[in-house]
Parts: sequence; C-alpha cells; structure tokens
Amino acid sequence: MTDWFHKQRYLIDFSLAALGRRKVRNLGLLAAYSLLVFVLASVMLFTQGLRQEAKRVLAESPEVILQRLVAGRQDLIPPGYLEQIGRIRGVQKMEARLWGYYYDPVVKANYTFMVPGERQIPSGQLVVGPALARERGLVAGNLISFRSYSGRLFTFQVAEVLPQASELMSADLVLLGAEDFRAFFDFPAGHYTDITLSVANPNEVRNVAAKLAAALPDSRPILREEVQRTYASLFDWREGMVLTVLAGALLAFAILAWDKASGLSAEERREIGILKAIGWETGDVLRMKFWEGVLISLSAFLIGYLAAWVHVFHLDGALFRPVLQGWAVLYPHFRLTPQVDGLQLATLFFFTVFPYTAAVLVPIWRAAITDPDAVMRT
Amino acid sequence: MIEIADLHKAFNQGQHNEYWAIQGVSLSLARGQVTAFMGPSGSGKTTLLSLIGCLARPTSGRIRLDGEDISGLPERFLTELRRRHFGFVFQQFNLIKGLSARDNVMLPAYPLGLPHRQLTERADALLAQFRLGHRADARVEWLSGGEQQRVAIARALINDPPILVADEPTANLDTALSREFLAILGELSGAGRTVLLTSHDPLVLDSPQVERRVALRDGRVVEA
Amino acid sequence: MLFQPAIIALLLAAGLGVAALGGAAPFAWQILRRWNLASGSEGQLTMERRTYLFSSLVALVLGVQLAALLLFVFNADRMSEMFVGAMCAVGTLQVNAWGFPALVAQIAVFFAASQWLLINHLDNQARDYPLVRLKYALLLLLVPLLALSFGLQLAYFKGLRADVITSCCGSLFSGESRGISGEMAGADPRLAMGLYFGSLGLAVAALGSYVLRPAPGRGNGLLAGLASGLVFPAALTGIISFLSLYIYEHPHHHCPFCILKPEYGYRGYALYLPLFLGCAAGLGVGVLQLFRRRPSLAALVPPLAQRLAWVALLALVLFLGLSAGMVWQSNLILLEH
Ligand SMILES: Nc1ncnc2c1ncn2[C@@H]1O[C@H](COP(=O)(O)OP(=O)(O)OP(=O)(O)O)[C@@H](O)[C@H]1O
Ligand SMILES: [Mg+2]
Repeated sequence: MTDWFHKQRYLIDFSLAALGRRKVRNLGLLAAYSLLVFVLASVMLFTQGLRQEAKRVLAESPEVILQRLVAGRQDLIPPGYLEQIGRIRGVQKMEARLWGYYYDPVVKANYTFMVPGERQIPSGQLVVGPALARERGLVAGNLISFRSYSGRLFTFQVAEVLPQASELMSADLVLLGAEDFRAFFDFPAGHYTDITLSVANPNEVRNVAAKLAAALPDSRPILREEVQRTYASLFDWREGMVLTVLAGALLAFAILAWDKASGLSAEERREIGILKAIGWETGDVLRMKFWEGVLISLSAFLIGYLAAWVHVFHLDGALFRPVLQGWAVLYPHFRLTPQVDGLQLATLFFFTVFPYTAAVLVPIWRAAITDPDAVMRT
Repeated sequence: MIEIADLHKAFNQGQHNEYWAIQGVSLSLARGQVTAFMGPSGSGKTTLLSLIGCLARPTSGRIRLDGEDISGLPERFLTELRRRHFGFVFQQFNLIKGLSARDNVMLPAYPLGLPHRQLTERADALLAQFRLGHRADARVEWLSGGEQQRVAIARALINDPPILVADEPTANLDTALSREFLAILGELSGAGRTVLLTSHDPLVLDSPQVERRVALRDGRVVEA
Repeated sequence: MLFQPAIIALLLAAGLGVAALGGAAPFAWQILRRWNLASGSEGQLTMERRTYLFSSLVALVLGVQLAALLLFVFNADRMSEMFVGAMCAVGTLQVNAWGFPALVAQIAVFFAASQWLLINHLDNQARDYPLVRLKYALLLLLVPLLALSFGLQLAYFKGLRADVITSCCGSLFSGESRGISGEMAGADPRLAMGLYFGSLGLAVAALGSYVLRPAPGRGNGLLAGLASGLVFPAALTGIISFLSLYIYEHPHHHCPFCILKPEYGYRGYALYLPLFLGCAAGLGVGVLQLFRRRPSLAALVPPLAQRLAWVALLALVLFLGLSAGMVWQSNLILLEH
C-alpha cells in the first residue's frame, strides 16, 4: 500500500516536471480549458444567483393571488367581490391591491405603480425604487412630474428611495397613496387590481384555491408555488439554452484537447519511449498521463471557477447580464448573493472534466503503447 | 544463463514489406561474461539485443532466462522481467532533458514505489561511484558526453540488475572516453554482472575486457 | 423534457459512455475470436495493447457512473420543487414510470463495472491471461446494460413535465402503498431489523473468517460474497423501513434519499459510501472464488480476495457501527422493550 502511494507520488512528480518542461504548449491548453470553465461557471453562478434572488423575493409575496377574468383577460375587481368570498378555512388574511404599470417616455422604461398595503403614503408623495432614482437622478425631497395616461400632469415629492437590498423586484417600483393612485390612473372607485390571500399551512394552499375557484367561477387563483416553479423552470430553461449554445465551445475544446494530446511532440514521444525501455509499463505511462490530466483539469477548474466567481459576484456578471437576465428595461443593479452549490459544482465538473478525459484517453493510450524497443532504433 | 533456441523475428509480418531480421538464432550465453555482438550494419544485432532484453517479443523461437521461458510473455510481464534483470545503456544515452542527473538515474525505479529517501540515497551512491557526485543536481543537457554516458550507466544500475545491455555504447565517444567506458565494463563484469553489447568499434571488440564475440550476418549467427 | 444543465450533463455522460464502450465492442469481439497468446505475431501484440485501452475505458465508465449516481439523486432532490406534490428525490423519480428503473440500472452498472474491473485486475496478474475471453465476453454484456441505463434515463428525462402531480416519499414508502417500495417500508420493523442486522452480521462473520483463513478449497469466500450481495437489498430495506425513521425522528418518514440532505447532516453519504464500497468489495470476494481453481490463478486469488475482504469487512463494520449509532442517538422509540 505504501508502495502504491510512493509510486503515485513519483508519477505526480514526474508529470509536474513534464508539464513544466512544455510550458508554452500546456499554458495554451490551460488557458482554453480555464476559459471554458469560466464561461460555463459564470452562466451557472449567474442563473443560480437570479434563481435565489427570485426565490427570496417570492418568499415575501402572498401564497395566493386572485385575479378576475373577463373574456379570458384580466379585469378589475368590482366592488363587493371581496365580501363574496366570505370566510375560507386556512386563510389568514385577505387584501385587495391597487397596482399598475406606467410607461415613462423620458427614460423609456416601465414602472410599477403600487399602493402598499402596510403603510400609508401621504397624498402628493412617492416612494421610488433605487433603479428609477438612479435613472432620473432623484433623492429624497426632489419633485418629479409624470404625465398620466389621460394627459394630465401630476407632480409628486419623493419621500424616500427604497433600499438597494432586493433590487431585482423593487427596482422599478413607485409607491404612492390610494387616492393619488386612483386619480393618476382614473381608476374607478371601489375597484381593485387583484386580491391577495395569505395561507399559513402550505398543504392547505391547493384546497383554498379549489374553494376560491368554486365560489367565484370568473376568478383565477395564482399560487405562489406555481409562480416559483415557473420562474425556476424559466431560469433552468435559459441556462440550458445558453449551455446548448455553448455546446459548440465544448466540442471545440474537446477537439483541441484531443489534438493536443495526439499531437505529441517528437521530444515527448522519445521520452515515453525511453521510459518504456528503462522499465516503465504501459500502465505506468497511462497513470503518469492520468495525473497530468488531473493536474491540468484541477488547475483549469480552480482558475476558471474563481474567475467566474469574481465575474459574477464582484463584477456583476458584466458579460452575461443582457442574455440571462433580460426582463425589465431598467436593468437592476443588484448584487447577487455568493453561494457555492454542490449540484452546480458537480454539473460543471461533468461538463468540463469528463469531456476532456474522454477526448484525451485514446491519444494518451496511443502514446503509451509506444514500442519499448523504439529507442534502440533512433 | 541465457539460452536462445531457433529464434525468429519478423517486422511487418504479412505485409508486402515483411522482413525477417532474425532468422533462426540459437545461442547460449553464460552469466558473468562480457559478450560482444558484431556484424555489418543491418545484420540484426540491435534486434537480437532487444529480444534478449525483453524489449520486444520474438515471432517464434524460445528465450530462456535462468531456465524460465520468457518468449511468449505479454508485455506487462516482460516489463517486469526487464526491470528486474536488465539495465540498458543506449547509443544516444537517451537521458531525459530538463531533469537533473539524479532524477534521470532514479527514473527506472519509479514504478517500484520505493521510499524516496532510500531511492535518493541509492542514486547518489551510484553517481558517486561514477565520479558524478558533484553533478547530481545538474540538468543532464549541461553535462559533457562522457558524463552523460556515466549517468546512463548509473541509471542502468539503479534497480541492481544482473545483466547490462549496451547497444553501440562507444559510438558517440572519443578514444579516451571509450577506454574509460571499457574500464567501467571491466569493473562491472568483475563484480559479477553479465554484459551484452554490440559494437563496430575495433577498440571495443579487441579489448581484453570482452570475453566472447558473436558474429551475425543477415539475421544468423556466423561465428560464436 | 426539462432543459436543465444537470440533466444535459447526465445524458452527455451516459451517452458518451455507451458510445465509447459500443465503439470498443468490435475490438472486444476480435479478441474473443483471435486471441492467441502463444503467437508472437504483431496482430496479437496489437490486441494485447488494446486491452489497456479497454480497461481504462471501463474504469472511466465506472468513475463517471459513480459520480452520475450521486448527481442523479442529487438533481432529483433539487428538482422536487418543480413538481406538485414532490418534496424530495422520491417525488421526482415518481413523475413517470422510468425514474426508479433508471436509478436501479445505474446501480447495476456500477456493480457490474466494478466486478469487471476486479476480474480484469486478477487476470492481468497471471502470465497467461486465463480469463481474457471471459472478460471480453462480459464486456460485450456490459454494453447493452450501459445502453439500457442510458435509454431509461433518456425515457425518464423525456417524460418529465413540470405540471405533473406526483406522490412523494410519504406515500411511496408508506406501509399502505403497494409495490416493492411499499413492502420495504411496510415490513415489520422487527423483521426488517432482523434481516438487516442478520445479513450484516452474516457478511461480517463470513468476511472475517475469510480474512483469517483465505486458504483455497474453503467455501467461506463464496459465502462471504453471497452474504455481501444479500447485504445490499437488506440494508436498503432496513434504511427505508426503520433506520430512516430514527434519523428523521418521525414514525412515518421512510425516505432513503432525504438522509442525503443537509438538514440531516449529510448522514446518507456516511451510510451509502461504505455500503456501496463494502458490498462491491464483498461481492468481489465471492466472484474471485469462481476462479481459484485455475492453475495460474490459484496462487493469486487468495491474497487479492483477502485484501478485498479486509476492505469489505472494514466498510461494512463502519456501516453497521454508524447505523447502530444513529439508532442509539435517536430520540425516536420504535420498539418498546
Ligand atoms: N521496426 C522495424 N521495421 C522494419 N524493419 C526493421 C525494424 N527494425 C529493424 N528493422 C530491420 O531489421 C534489420 C536489422 O536491424 P538491426 O537494427 O537489428 O541491425 P543492426 O545489426 O543493429 O544494424 P546497425 O549496425 O546499423 O545498428 C535491418 O535491415 C532493419 O532495417
Ligand atoms: Mg544497431
């Protein structure tokens, strides 16, 4: 057993020295390998971050949102609708909400105007999201005017800018009082946008939804878990798409690795011939080459992953933001929360190390079966 | 004791360029002797040495090493035998560039997995024996031709093999270095090692250290 | 089909494995027909050199398979949030009929590949390679198994739809459900415990006796192999029927996968790794006995089998110790005394 360890150590020593002797060649391979890991890891870390962010945001949202449908389209909640629902077992709280979208031609972006349920905003005042504040250069106390859809100009005072914490969802948010909201949008009195319900027991949610659908046939309950699922599969799908697009890169890398491994230099061939002649077995050469592959893979993996980490969590994923995020015109400036995920690491490993190993196996074997007597004939 | 019976070796067998480099060699080589193979270029000396040294497998015929038949063995076991029984000195020295003299000497022992200390000590002792102790850490490409050959001899001896095989060992050496090499041969043979070498060099073939001469022509023994 | 990185990676790995071994199959066939060690011909030499490639390929497949097994379960667990009613890997695997068969096939590939590598290792030590034909016939059998595993995975992943309502570990591994999982969960804890500790005890005893006396001509090696083979299903039944309950400290949570989760301190890994290792090595002790009468292997089998028996013994004792420890530490009381 100790023999085995000593032997592996010798083989690793030898392959380290061999790598050092062919620096330029191996650095090229290492660079390509690390780049591949970097790109794949960036995609994965970035979508993982987005997923996490969306999850966090959704965690605060109500379990059920009830919309009313007219001719298959969402319509306003008429007065008296809330009372029609009555009491449903398991529902802790019911609330009618007022919110809508507003297109701002100045910065060509959509805002979400919303009346918050838990706080009162005095008439004539606004609370704005951080992205909007940045775009329009606002700080608390400033005045801002919006032209409503009916053509009238409204001027508000900015009471507060929302904190940066969870920007993905609140970036484009504008909070205002209920009267201001109704006046701005000409929203009919007594009507609401939708209804939210809080359900404490997650196992009850489906029952509640079924009861709602039965009581109000023209309503559509939207469950938080469904939204979560949709988001998750949306992100997965995007990630998968990008990875498929990158499959070309993966293939190119595998070909490069194959080529590098089969295009052994004359010098390297001679070395393997010498090793075999002086008593190395084909298996020993294979093992030595295996360690070489492990060293290259590990370094590339480490370099690529760390670079991706810096890219995603410290440089805000500058290279992939437009592709992977794209859901609002105002790109939120949020910081993703750094997180290492075992499944992700394992997947990344499968995507990089496995193709590399598969690609170099045959060329390495070819080199390893060099005739031991070849050195006698040079 | 090495016994060879009716040995044949073909290259590219079954193809249009089939070539029989060894055609029925039978020989018996005693332990502890220095034997030189001679003959014109292409007569099969190198091929015969590589067959005896377990570097290649004969197409037919038998080779017995101390009574054990080694001719039909798979490469895996030939390698094992080679490591245990043979040390090689090649014409081009065939050292690995970029490694130190000590590392080169230690290479044949890597697959055995000896403790590092023990192996280094043995390599250093061998280097010292060949007056290379002070050059142990030098890269081999910085060494002179004679020094390189001595490193190669030390490497051949690291696993303490009973038989030393040398193909044209003096082809790259001047007269003085060739004499030095012969002196080393004499010492090794005196210490009980069997030496098999090929040579064109009259200096070697006529030297008193060589105890037996075998002449080959067209893959056959013409004079033993 | 769900378009997900881990799924793509799993399919990629399985597909490449099938392609690699499938591509090697014609050469294996050639070895079956033409192998002749007595010949010094170049064709024979080429075949001998190819065997190095094949053993490397199978080793690669084995390594990847082991990693894929983890990734498969890991990913199933993670995906559970996408399926209504799924709370852990079981739910995800239940989404369609192919999930559990795919898992079983992967485990089968793992054991088959490990035994092949073991036979290969033994054969490579004998100068006349006595098992070479057997080995390559087995390799040809490994290819369809690998293809089956790939096909099942493909079918499973293709059938994944995010809106399927599945049943989760609660219903699959509860005593009321029918089918083999239900039987495993519903097994009387006394019976399951008896089987569990009985088979482990038998295997440990047989392995121990082999370790002490590996002399040829004794049946204890074969017994050790059989007992180790028995341990695997018995241990799984035990984990499902009672050990998981002790870990979760919940009288009805029978899931064999949730124990892999961080909430339970990754205890599943501490259990499954020695279990897989111990069973594969113990099975190997038995497999090796089949060859101990071949003249060139007679001297090689006992020391190799003895070493394997040591590995299996240590792994299974570790497994036994860990599981007993988990029962001991648990606050759940399943059997009244
Ligand atoms: N791998 C090979 N393929 C084909 N022919 C070969 C091969 N190796 C050697 N030969 C042929 O076998 C013959 C014997 O070669 P070998 O190298 O043994 O001669 P030699 O006596 O050592 O010659 P020299 O004195 O020039 O070294 C030569 O004609 C050579 O061309
Ligand atoms: Mg020659």
